[in-house]
Amino acid sequence: MKPLHTVRGQAVSLPESNIDTDIIYPARFLVVLTKTGLAEYAFHDRIAKDPDFPIHPGMTQPILVAGANFGSGSSREQAPWALADLGIRVIIAPSFGDIFHGNCFRNGLLPIRLPQDVVDQLHTAAQAGTEMEVSLVERAIHLADGDAPILFDVPEDGREALLNGWNETTRILQNNLCDIEAFEQAQRAESPWLWTRG
Amino acid sequence: MSKTLYEKLWDAHVVARNGPNAALLYIDRHYLHEVSTPQSFEALREDDLAVRRPNANIAVADHSVPTRRTSAEIADPQAAAQVALLERNCREFGIPYIPLDSEDQGIVHVIGPEQGLSLPGMTIVCGDSHTSTHGAFGALAFGIGASECGTVMATQSLWQKKARTMNVRFTGTASPHVSAKDFALALISRISASGATGYAIEFSGEAVEALSMEARMTLCNMAIEAGSRTGLIAPDDTTFAYVKGRRHAPSPEQWDQAVAQWKTLKSDPDAQFDKVVEIDVTKLAPQMTFGTRPDQGMSASGRLPDHLTGEQARAFDYMGLAPSTDLAGLPIDYAFIGSCTNGRLEDLRAAAAQIKGRRVAEGVTALVVPGSGQVKKHAEAEGLDKLFLEAGFEWRAPGCSLCVAMNDDRLPPGTRCASTSNRNFEGRQGAGARTHLMSPAMVAAAAIAGHIVALQEEPA
Repeated sequence: MKPLHTVRGQAVSLPESNIDTDIIYPARFLVVLTKTGLAEYAFHDRIAKDPDFPIHPGMTQPILVAGANFGSGSSREQAPWALADLGIRVIIAPSFGDIFHGNCFRNGLLPIRLPQDVVDQLHTAAQAGTEMEVSLVERAIHLADGDAPILFDVPEDGREALLNGWNETTRILQNNLCDIEAFEQAQRAESPWLWTRG
Repeated sequence: MSKTLYEKLWDAHVVARNGPNAALLYIDRHYLHEVSTPQSFEALREDDLAVRRPNANIAVADHSVPTRRTSAEIADPQAAAQVALLERNCREFGIPYIPLDSEDQGIVHVIGPEQGLSLPGMTIVCGDSHTSTHGAFGALAFGIGASECGTVMATQSLWQKKARTMNVRFTGTASPHVSAKDFALALISRISASGATGYAIEFSGEAVEALSMEARMTLCNMAIEAGSRTGLIAPDDTTFAYVKGRRHAPSPEQWDQAVAQWKTLKSDPDAQFDKVVEIDVTKLAPQMTFGTRPDQGMSASGRLPDHLTGEQARAFDYMGLAPSTDLAGLPIDYAFIGSCTNGRLEDLRAAAAQIKGRRVAEGVTALVVPGSGQVKKHAEAEGLDKLFLEAGFEWRAPGCSLCVAMNDDRLPPGTRCASTSNRNFEGRQGAGARTHLMSPAMVAAAAIAGHIVALQEEPA
């Protein structure tokens, strides 16, 4: 996974709340078998209805400022894959769907939760074309017009994974194999019916 | 220290900890389907990894499969390639696969419980948000992404953050036309589509205890529509009776030991939940959604609001609805009975009971898609297929069908569908199609009337 330290650039504003993963990536394109090159399907039906829809394959902003409950619904990882393929690296919203939020950290995308009034301020900045710098190291967003930085919290394990570009699977195999084996041995003794299939 | 059921299941699966609220959890069961796993297997190949416990996994194709089929052949080349790839991946990595022409094939969340693969006390995952369904057994079951599917296959474990706990108590006695689907829709309307985000829900109360296992699965299935990855119900005699004798249930020799352990799987009497919601179902009427989110719902006998918020206005525009309209009488074009929410035998019986010698209204296309080959077989043994067919419903082969519209079951723009599925999102049943969620009985009644019917108790 591509590590993420600092992201600089303009932001795209999509204030609508409850953008579910069906809107981000319509189900009929789930027959595509890869996880790259999915930008052309992102928000497909919204773009078809509205030629001025702010998110599209030609966009250049690496930051998305979104509405509440962004990425709710289906667990499809095609949603973060498609957003990453559009060049988005940071998504800022008042709240996220739980599964989507977790999926972001596994794909080099930083989801940032901030209170609604702060997100509103960032929407205004995004719409004005203000340059932003998101530092995962400092856990801070700097706006180009020089105001005090906006600080954010992010789960420490997700932060570490993004800073280092870690792959969860290989990390577990490197660090926890003995723990897994010990757990399995204990569970075999306590709940043998879970092991009759092997 | 007293614990909730969620905390007991969590603690019983901790392999390693990272602070108080994050743990590497052991995963007992992984269900796979064709849509969320191609990239997971690819990741295993890239890192040259094997599947740690192949038999802890089971795979079946459900999302993209056609429901008009008589063999394992799939006409659509992309869907055919996706299903063939699942079969090939399973063969390469040694994972059990249920072929499309097997009578055990079906929607992953229907076949798991049916075969005794979902058991109390387990951790269960699948690259599908409706994995919460299996929580009906008192299992910690949650949906994951494709990357996590790969991690589970390689390591049998996942790093997870502990959720806060929410107890949703359904009290009272529901009237005959009110089902678990109505409980779920009423809850989601009450707390909103994100009301349980970050929480694990435990459903309890006498109205939940009175539910069958199939109805409990419907309720837990919809937990994600309130934002919760996990819906839980403490296992009881109803659970044990359902599990006993199923293909992969504990053997007779292990049964007593298993049940003794399962009986401890309940929240301690003084356990503290972070949030409690109580709903009396005694006066609950059949529910339906009117908007484009599962929380935009109300009693089917109700009238749409006259003053709209901006969000409602957008939903009304998409749904082709006017303010101050009665929901009853709203004409429909399609009716869909099926899905992991409502594609089980009891759902089909509840729908068939509405037919009463009548026919599907002219101009309405009505589909019945059993949740699995076993559901289909049992329904046919009861003669439900004939009842549906004679009434003008289509009787299809198992799959997700119009719940996700990934196969060739797809609705044209602007059409309106009464549906037993779980999501009324924009475009969910086809770009521009309009979905109203409701119970199987409500959908069947609408199919016959040609419009929404607010089912009411018949006078004695």
